[in-house]
Amino acid sequence: MFERLRAHERAQLALGLLMGIVFGFLLQKGGVTRYDVIIGQLLLADFTVLQLMLSAVVTGMIGIYLMKRFGLVALHTRRGSVGSTIIGGLIFGAGFGILGYCPGTVAGAVGQGSLDALVGGVPGILIGTGAFAALYPLLDRHILNRGKFPGDTIPEILGVNPWVVILPAAAGIVALLWLLHWMGF
Amino acid sequence: MNPLAAVTWSPYVVGIGIGILSWLTFLLSNRPLGCSTAFFRTFGMIECRIRGDAVRERPYYRLFPPTIDWQWMLVAGVIIGAFLSAALSGTFFPEWVPDRFGDAFGYRPGLRILVAFIGGLLMGLGARWAGGCTSGHGISGSLQLSLASWIAAICFFAGGIVTAAAIYGGL
Repeated sequence: MFERLRAHERAQLALGLLMGIVFGFLLQKGGVTRYDVIIGQLLLADFTVLQLMLSAVVTGMIGIYLMKRFGLVALHTRRGSVGSTIIGGLIFGAGFGILGYCPGTVAGAVGQGSLDALVGGVPGILIGTGAFAALYPLLDRHILNRGKFPGDTIPEILGVNPWVVILPAAAGIVALLWLLHWMGF
Repeated sequence: MNPLAAVTWSPYVVGIGIGILSWLTFLLSNRPLGCSTAFFRTFGMIECRIRGDAVRERPYYRLFPPTIDWQWMLVAGVIIGAFLSAALSGTFFPEWVPDRFGDAFGYRPGLRILVAFIGGLLMGLGARWAGGCTSGHGISGSLQLSLASWIAAICFFAGGIVTAAAIYGGL
């Protein structure tokens, strides 16, 4: 149905920009482009980041799987591994705690005037990705493929209908958000 | 009051908005929201300028060619969107040192920039190592129920919580 639009390169660049403007607007309004808010989350003093992310995940999950059910969208997942996902994730986490922004919110921080993001964070991330590219042949041979996960998605690995995972996951996330709210966050 | 001029919106409202935005990225662009690959493409474009086009032949550059694509435009849009949001609420202002950092370590721009740069290095390295960031794994992958993304997101926060606690003296 949307094949022509999806294959139209110029239209996609324009759509990317438009969707990015909406994304950046929402991130800034959500407060998560602020260092203080992200560090507050990592110090477990402020749960804005988790509240925002989990609301996005529940909303997105239900909509994407409904649209997939009707053949409107395809999933885009990749197989992870211990060597890639866990080691990379922990390195990212260390950077997250030191920088206090992530690749999306650092761009938003630049837009709101945070000069530490522009002058420190962005060049750091750029060079960090370049360092990975330089190490990639070595890492690909020895580390990234260690301990491959058994499948792409949780329902696929469990061999169940996706809704068997979606409904309890959505209920669990909503319950966690209620609990945080009840605890005064 | 005009909601566009509000300084912050409820994180639930914003989260639901980003969830709906992700429906549109899948439906109209056949792509998930993500940000970190755009940083590598930018690095590659700068490197091509300096060292010539031979770098395009290296393995990782073949996987992610240094060109402007949908995601690159998305990240450019994030800068504009955040500027619009901040400007409409009167909260756009140049700031070298965020308050929480300044209160703990002093309002010294040089120190904050050095720390941000080191954090950025690790983040860029880790994002490509793990194959995604807080948007690509944390939101887009998690909502697709990707096992790798749930594990990555847990590692992002576990690493971040320990590091932040170490920096702010909670450990």
